[in-house]
Amino acid sequence: MIHEPEVLIIGGGPAGLSAARQAVKAGCKTTLIDDAFDLGGQLVKQTHKFFGSEMEYAGVRGIKIPEILLDEIKDDSNFEYLLRTSATGYYEDGVVTALYENNEMLKFKPKKLIIATGASENTIPFVNNDLPGVYGAGAVQTLMNVYGVKPGEMGLMIGAGNIGLIVSYQLKQAGVDVAAVVEAAPKVGGYWVHASKIARLGIPIKTRTTILEAIGKEKVEGSRIASVDENWQPIPGTEQTINCDFICLAVGLYPLSDIFHLAKCEMKYVPELGGEVPVRDWEMKTTIEDIYVAGDAGGIEEASSAMIEGALAGLSAANALGKEPEDYNNVKCQLINELSELRCGPVGDHIRCGLAQCSMEDENES
Amino acid sequence: MRIEKHPILDFKRGKKVEFQFEDRTLTGFEGEPIAAALHDHGIMVLKNSLRHDRPRGFFCAIGHCSSCLMEVDGCPNVRVCVEPLKAGMVVRRQQGKGVLR
Repeated sequence: MIHEPEVLIIGGGPAGLSAARQAVKAGCKTTLIDDAFDLGGQLVKQTHKFFGSEMEYAGVRGIKIPEILLDEIKDDSNFEYLLRTSATGYYEDGVVTALYENNEMLKFKPKKLIIATGASENTIPFVNNDLPGVYGAGAVQTLMNVYGVKPGEMGLMIGAGNIGLIVSYQLKQAGVDVAAVVEAAPKVGGYWVHASKIARLGIPIKTRTTILEAIGKEKVEGSRIASVDENWQPIPGTEQTINCDFICLAVGLYPLSDIFHLAKCEMKYVPELGGEVPVRDWEMKTTIEDIYVAGDAGGIEEASSAMIEGALAGLSAANALGKEPEDYNNVKCQLINELSELRCGPVGDHIRCGLAQCSMEDENES
Repeated sequence: MRIEKHPILDFKRGKKVEFQFEDRTLTGFEGEPIAAALHDHGIMVLKNSLRHDRPRGFFCAIGHCSSCLMEVDGCPNVRVCVEPLKAGMVVRRQQGKGVLR
């Protein structure tokens, strides 16, 4: 049996849920699939309060956002979602296959497909980087914030971007010590407010420092770090042994772009956005008619921008289906403005630079 | 290594169940990923790599990295970071690529 929703959304994180909300509100028969146990994507482990504008739930803890996004549509008969359902393929005739609970194959032939698959974690090269006890930062968050299991007793955090800083703080909240946060760049990459919280807890942030080695046979029993020079090379004589029983990698994410490739969307390698991303227009439509992108799958950014992109994709898909969402043009402009506000200033430099490489010209604006 | 007290979170845990790991009987909470239950008991090595036989453990927690493939109830290559624990499950470190029965 082939399911034929008007809109199929792959991924139920901030982008996918926002897309669903707009599509369902506009009256589209919408199905959302996600491979996790719960909706919300990475929001389910974000215990910190969000920044930004009220429209993206500033001041609300990330874990509370999925239910807010779902609230308006959860009882709508046009909306259904399937959990523990992994998208496994995209075929030339527009059919998406998915595996439900590891044993049932489902087929979908939607009119519009929104891909909001999110991202996966990067790793970096060092000796023994495959040893048990070397974890992605997101994995550590899942283990402790969703399932209440400690990753270890003493961690070493690699990376002082927002994720590295936030997860270090969350480790302390969970009663786990953090020996240090090391960062190869000359300065902290994350927001100062997060860095200050770490500093107040007495966790040293070591910039211009890298990890050389995870020590241990069967699992992490320590680590060696060293200072780096201007060319990011370890400086001999600065090596230091760190006592830790796990190492947490917060060294960036890359977009999960497999399905765009399968669908032969035009792709670009954009380092500023974390890897290969689909070329898209202002409505979040890819180079393949009927396929839209939203959130980290289209470039690594933040949950706030993912929610706006999702809304834009859901709205555009609904409009293309002839559903004429209420006040379409105004809402669309408002969303686009919100996005540019989020991306303005020096913090958004790399995002703007990245997007310039994979955005199509808007006919209406030229 | 459970977190018992947390300033923000209340953990909604399923009922306590027993399961088998190799020749041991362990407990965990129903519905949590098998990997979380194993981790609670300090079991970090979930499999060994195919070519160089190096120990591998929990890494991504989203079913993407293949570092946690184990044999569960006789079925090989189960991603235990995204497979819910059920009472009576038999969990083993699989040999190589595992065997389909």
